Parts: sequence; structure tokens; C-alpha cells
Amino acid sequence: MMIEFIPESLITFWNWLPVYIQIVAKIVLILVPLMLSVAYVTYAERKVIGAMQVRIGPNRVGFFGFRLWGLGQPIADALKLMMKEVILPTKANKFLFLTAPVLSIAPALAAWAVIPFDRGMALTEINAGLLYVLALTSIGVYGVIIAGWASNSKYAILSALRAGAQIVAYEIAMGFALVGVLMASGSLNLSDIVEAQAGGMGNWFVWPLLPLFFVYFISGVAETNRAPFDVAEGESEIVAGFHVEYSGMAFAIFFLAEYANIILISALTSLMFLGGWLSPFESMAFAQGSFLAETSMLWFFGKTAFFIFCFLWFRATFPRYRYDQIMRLGWKVFIPVTIVWIFVEAVMSVMQWGPWAV
Amino acid sequence: MTFIDFNFYLFATLLIVAALGVITARNPVHSALSLVLAFFACSALWILLEAEFLAIVLVLVYVGAVMVLFLFVVMMLDINIEQMRKGFVRYLPIGALIALILAAQMIWVVGPVGPDVLADDSLQQAVRHDADYSNTKELGRILYTQYVLPFEIASVILLVAIVAAISLTLRRRPKTKYQTPGKQIKVKRNDRLRIVKMDAEAKE
Repeated sequence: MMIEFIPESLITFWNWLPVYIQIVAKIVLILVPLMLSVAYVTYAERKVIGAMQVRIGPNRVGFFGFRLWGLGQPIADALKLMMKEVILPTKANKFLFLTAPVLSIAPALAAWAVIPFDRGMALTEINAGLLYVLALTSIGVYGVIIAGWASNSKYAILSALRAGAQIVAYEIAMGFALVGVLMASGSLNLSDIVEAQAGGMGNWFVWPLLPLFFVYFISGVAETNRAPFDVAEGESEIVAGFHVEYSGMAFAIFFLAEYANIILISALTSLMFLGGWLSPFESMAFAQGSFLAETSMLWFFGKTAFFIFCFLWFRATFPRYRYDQIMRLGWKVFIPVTIVWIFVEAVMSVMQWGPWAV
Repeated sequence: MTFIDFNFYLFATLLIVAALGVITARNPVHSALSLVLAFFACSALWILLEAEFLAIVLVLVYVGAVMVLFLFVVMMLDINIEQMRKGFVRYLPIGALIALILAAQMIWVVGPVGPDVLADDSLQQAVRHDADYSNTKELGRILYTQYVLPFEIASVILLVAIVAAISLTLRRRPKTKYQTPGKQIKVKRNDRLRIVKMDAEAKE
């Protein structure tokens, strides 16, 4: 923790503040960097995919006359979207049409309430944190379904139906993968799950739960409707799917929700399988005494960034799945894999292997 | 009024308004969405009762899965609302009777007439638990010890229901063509492709 660098007077001032102001300040401290990273993940996506396709990507918009590799691009995009008109289609259900973007971003942001960034650094540490996150990621689909229905458009409703079926299918596999994690850690609290992986890289849950790790991450990609599972968007078949009728800021909010969900899934994967803020070199001899062996937020951010990169990498690499193949993968491959691995875990826990060793 | 009381009244009001919305909304999609809101308000109330496991599972199962499928179906159907409203007056007495019975049962249990449940000491002094109290753990402990048999029986019944539902919808359609991805991947060039050697034809 960096608490020793903070002056004494600031800590007294913080403690003097009423509790609710402290909570609001913490929320702002989480959400503002989150929104900034969402903006820059869009930039990273364009740059990374550009590099993978041997293009340059955005490189024009900078600050104060300097180009700075196009770093001003997300800000310019955001400003442009804010200035644009939000068009309401005729015969659209106005109330639901405007509620849908809110419904899609609210769970993506609310889930951050339980994410621990470092030892003891979380907005709230609730005992059922894992369940809370699972519940919130599963209700994100309402934004898509309501948007599809309320915009009174054929393409949008097709996309809503696709998204609904897909998310219900992958949520089961995701839930079973999380059952595996909680069997290994013996807790639903995200901080406890991370602490259960202490003791260096070898103790991370990614090794004993390798199949579940893959199932979770791939289901996460499907759950966020990202390529190669982006049939809900399917720009080559159904134009842009559920947000075909949206413009301006209403459209931008769907975008924000999608990228906030990407960061959320990446953060959760790193917390549950790669030991979150724990150092990979914790117990190794060469790292002892240096910052490499210490737990820090930077490890967490690094691991999260790796998974975000994977999301972008997938999009540049894989062609879109056909719809029936998505369903087959979810129901006939992932669910049996997770169920089998839960039995394997039960055997491992009886034999006291891996994380169950006493 | 404490903050907790305020929350209780807020979500209780929301719950009643949403429940009324379910039965009064003209559009079936609005009804279904009102039901979602009702589930949310209900789960908030359960969290106030320190039953966080049940509350979150309510959102996860009912809101996250059941209602999604429900909406799915409602959106696909073209429901004639006028026809649905036709029987309203005819069925009103039966509905009112059921509502009355339900209300009477509730009054019997918690009200002043029936067995005095609230006089039970453990209910009278429902103290708040500490911050490290885990409702999930308590629930798991009691389900797998004291109530293990009923719990297992319930799960077997659910399993039977799943099997029954699947077997009801499973139809053999011999004419449908299926693809087997395993076979598709295993296919070799020689299974599909034949190279025919032909002599060059004479130029005309």
C-alpha cells in the first residue's frame, strides 16, 4: 500500500469527512479512471488491430498541435458523439428506447463495487461478491433486449433474440466455472479468493482449474458480445444489430458499456485465476527483498491489461462463429467440460492435491 | 426513520407499484419488465433481511435467466390484448376470492388474531449480525446437514423435470441434415478432391 506517502493532514481530513461523502469520493475514484480507460481501450483496439493488419491506425488527433500518436482520438470521438442528435425512430417506444442504454451500462459499472484492486482496497467487500458479479453480468443483456424491441426495427429485434439466447447459454457455463473457483478457494469473497492463491505463480488457480479458466474467459468474450461471438452485432448480416437505430450519446453509452464489460471480465479473470494483485515471483529467490516480490495494484492492472489485449487479439484473428455453432459450443462443449472438471476437483480435494493441500 | 427504514419503505413501495404494473400494463412486454422490476425490489428487501444469498440468486436466476426467456417469448408473440381482457369481469370474483384468502392467511400468521408468532423471542429480538456473518455459509451448512434429504429429493425432482422438458420437445426429424464438426475437421484432401489428369486438347 502507498499509505505512507500520503501526508498526515490529508488522512485526518479524510477521516473527518462524513461516511457518505467518503463513499461517493471512492466511487468517483473508481469510475473516473474506469471511464478514461474505456476511452483509451477503444484507442488501443484501433491501434492494436491496425498493427495486426499492417495498418497505422488513428494517428492524427493530438493535443495542442502535437500529434502524439493520435492520443487525442478518443476525446475527439467522445466530443463528436456528445454533440450529435439522438434520433428517435417513429413508432419506437420512447421510454424503453431511452432506458435501454442506461440498463446496459448500469450493471457494467455497478459490478466494480466489489472488485478489490489491492489488499483491502475495494469499495465494499461483501461476502457474496462472486455471486453479485455473476448476477450483474447476467442482467446486462436487458439493455440489448430492450433496445432491440423498443427501436421497432426488424434488424434490431433479430439481434435482441440472438443476444438473449446466447447470453443465457453462456451464463450457465460461466456460473459452473465460478463454482470451480469457489470450490478451490472456499469463499465467495473476491479478496479471499485472491488471498487463497498466495505463494507465487504455481499457486494460482489457473493451473488446477485450467479448463475452467478457458471456459470462463471464452464465455466472458461471448457474454460481452465481442468477436468472434458478436452475432448480436453482425454488421454483415443485420447491419449493427440492437443499436442500429441509435445515434449520438445513446449509441455511445452502448459502446461504453461494451468496453466497461471487457475491462470487467478481464479484471475478474485476473482476480480469480491469476492471483489478482499478487506478485508472480512471490516465493522466488531472486525477487526477495525487491519490489518484484511485493503485492501491488500494478500486477493487477498488468494482468487485466493482458486479458484486454486478448479481447482485441481475438477480434483481429478469428472469423465470426455461425450462430448454431455458438449454441453448440455453449451447450454441448462448455457445460459438459465444466461439469466434468467440477467432479475432477472433488477428487482432487479428497486426495488433497493442489489448492486443497493442507 | 433510519436509513434502513427508508430503504425498506422505498423498495416496498417500488415492489407494490411494479406488481400493480404487471397486471395493469396494456402491453405484455411492459408487464414482463414490471415483473423484472418487482424481482429487483424484492431482492433489495431480502438484502435488508440479511439474506444476501437468496437475494442475489433471485436476481441471477429469475431476472438473469427466466425473465430473459420470458421476454424472448413475449416479444415474438403477437398477443391480442383486447381478447386477453375479455374475460376480466367474468374472472374477477374468483381472483378477488383468491386475493382475499391470501390476505386472510397473512393476517392469520402475522396479525393479532391467529397464533402469536411474533411473540417468539428469537423473532422479537432479530438482532443485526456482525459484518463477517455469511448468510451463504449458514444456508449451505443447514442445507447439507439438517435438510440434506429434502434438499436432495428436491434436486432429483428438478432433474426429472429437466429430463421431461427435454424429452417433450425432442422430436426426431430424419429429414434434417446435420453437420458434425468433428468429421468436418477430420476431413482430408483426398476425401473431397480428385485430380484428373487430362491430355491437352488439340488447338483448333
